[in-house]
Amino acid sequence: MAATATAPTKAEKTASAGPGTPRKARNFRQRAMTPYAMLTPGIVLFLVFMAAPIAYTLVLSFQQKKVSGLGLGKGAQSTVFAGFDNYIRSLTDPEFTASVLRVLTYGAILIPLMLGFALLFALLLDSRRTRAGNFSRTAIFLPYAVPAVISSLLWGFLYLPGVSPFHFVADRLGIALPSLLNPDLITFAIANIALWGGVGFNMIVMYTSLKAVPQEIYEAAKLDGASEIQTALRIKIPIIAPSVVMTALFSMIATLQVFAEPTTLRPLANSLSTSWSPLMLVYRDAFTRNDIYSAAATSIIIALATFAISFLFLRIVQKRAFGQEN
Amino acid sequence: MRSSFRASAAAMMAAAALLTAGCSTGSGTSSVEQNTDPNQKVELTYWAWAPNLDKVVDLWNEKNPNIHVTVNKQDGGDPAITKLLTAVNAGSGAPDLIQAEYQKIPTLVAADALADLSGTDAKDTKDAFPEAVWDSVTLGGDALYAVPQDTGPMAFYYRADIFERLGLAIPTTWEEYAAAAKKVHDADPEAYLGTFSSNDAGWFTGMAQQAGASWWAIDGDAWSVKIAEDPTEKVAGYWGGLVEQGIIDNKPMYTPEWNAALNNGKQVGWLSAAWAPGVLSGNAGATAGKWKVAPMPQWDSAKPATGNWGGSSTAVTSQSKNVAAASRFASWLNTDPEAVKALVDVAGIYPADTEGAKTALTKAPEFFSNQPDFYDVVGKAAQSVTSFSYGPNVNVAYNAYNDQFAKAAQAKTKSAFLDAVAGMQQVTVDDLKKTGFTVK
Repeated sequence: MAATATAPTKAEKTASAGPGTPRKARNFRQRAMTPYAMLTPGIVLFLVFMAAPIAYTLVLSFQQKKVSGLGLGKGAQSTVFAGFDNYIRSLTDPEFTASVLRVLTYGAILIPLMLGFALLFALLLDSRRTRAGNFSRTAIFLPYAVPAVISSLLWGFLYLPGVSPFHFVADRLGIALPSLLNPDLITFAIANIALWGGVGFNMIVMYTSLKAVPQEIYEAAKLDGASEIQTALRIKIPIIAPSVVMTALFSMIATLQVFAEPTTLRPLANSLSTSWSPLMLVYRDAFTRNDIYSAAATSIIIALATFAISFLFLRIVQKRAFGQEN
Repeated sequence: MRSSFRASAAAMMAAAALLTAGCSTGSGTSSVEQNTDPNQKVELTYWAWAPNLDKVVDLWNEKNPNIHVTVNKQDGGDPAITKLLTAVNAGSGAPDLIQAEYQKIPTLVAADALADLSGTDAKDTKDAFPEAVWDSVTLGGDALYAVPQDTGPMAFYYRADIFERLGLAIPTTWEEYAAAAKKVHDADPEAYLGTFSSNDAGWFTGMAQQAGASWWAIDGDAWSVKIAEDPTEKVAGYWGGLVEQGIIDNKPMYTPEWNAALNNGKQVGWLSAAWAPGVLSGNAGATAGKWKVAPMPQWDSAKPATGNWGGSSTAVTSQSKNVAAASRFASWLNTDPEAVKALVDVAGIYPADTEGAKTALTKAPEFFSNQPDFYDVVGKAAQSVTSFSYGPNVNVAYNAYNDQFAKAAQAKTKSAFLDAVAGMQQVTVDDLKKTGFTVK
């Protein structure tokens, strides 16, 4: 056995020492390795910053802290395997359910308004009779450049009746404005901040895909006697449907992850709890209650739900939006 | 596929947030092994957030070349403690010393994050501090977990000019406070004597403490939670009644709106602590010289009492290799007359050290230059602070306060305030039981 095993190696060695063959072999090996070498940075980054944190979160989500007796002193606390306890507790937690319902309401208000306005602005900018198009486009897009925490602080000032210029003017005119920070209006107040920041981004996405439409189509439509509105409704919107679907998907994901706006507004009023949105609940468990295990489980649930909703949404609209491509 | 990328990104972001907390604790482990030779040079790190504390520490470093302390400035009480707990879980990365608020001590002890100082010099500082303060660093037992630094005895701050204009006397009881609140609000429907803030759990804790509450207790080898009991219910019911009548505001403190109201005289009073001058001069600078301080209104005038809002201690962590040296520094920082004077002058704190406070605090703060006896009033209040015990999950109870009392303040009924107290009790007990603490 040993002899037969060494024999080819020897043969190989002699072969590789001969002229001609070695360069070819080395070249081939190099060529085979090149893609892997080029992929290495990507793979390493993926493993370190993507796979490892997800794995760590998964590990945490199956653990919990256990204490015995008073829990004081050395060795009174330990980390134990929890099975699905954290998941069961998260899913049956009325606070979690309530936060999901709140966010769904918020999305139902926000997404149609945001996409509606974005589409309207994109179509207006794209219409032939637009004046000051560049200025308007920048003006509508600019709020997107303002970080959500800053915009929430700005809007917070405008909402607080004691310091709001709107309330000041309304008072002078003898009109009693309701405070947007009241519990029944707070969802609108938060949606308004997100709307202000998000319309510009979605508009740019739609506007860019409108610009990619060949002009001949419009000319043909014009020759056939189509008005601007007819062109918009019958030609432009169907053509850019895929980008509308994409912005809708982004908006849905952003809605499920709403965090900065309600967190910033919370100290200003009594109407927001520290578990208003699912991510706020995760933050509270991890950093206020020092329970990273529950927070990890809730994070995994939110991620899976986001995935499921995105998949379902694409499944439903795919036929409509992308049907023409097939 | 984009959607799957987004989904895993969500999980990753949550995980990354958890990881960052772990990664950011790399600074400052003491590298020296447990030191017994007094002449060997020792390096200590100290996580603290009190302003200008490094300047006070410079005094120590000048005098003690063998024990060098480096202050590592922190963002505040909560983030520093979160970092410390992460370092303790990780097994390394904690500093030698940390500034710890009193209510955090049981949580830290439960996580085995603090060294017991009862065998060091620090135990001799006992007589320097009021008994109630000492109790909160010993948890009522034989161990000693920290040296007290500052306290926040509560007092009643009011706009003297507006009180004079309305012909109001300073309320000495809560009954008189309610009557004064009604007069203030009747005279100007936009003005209030105060507000009930659902944002400030420490504020409400101080008021419950004044009424005689002590929310946690060690009962043999079990914890008991006593939030939903008479003193706290009395306080919550009282404030619920005032909010229900509409004579006390229900909006949170520390908002732009509240700042504006302090400035324009729509908030006529503030139940606050010894550190209030700093806040008032920062948030309502234009009203300097118009405010005065008085003792808290009382439940029982025969037995004057007050609570604490805020205050912190200097603790040595369980990872420190130089407990004795760290403890010597902590004792010096909080009881040496020169150090206490510096703490008052440059760090602007109200010292827990009774004698130190008396000698260091002689002149009223500039904002209260109209009231030369400012520190007599506050000093008397500091002596009447009643005892209060914290438990291992103060963070959970305080968070429950925020959520439960936000609902109550919005509902504006006395019964909602009482429900909020019951809700706090429920959440706090459930959390202890869930983690496995024995609860009676």
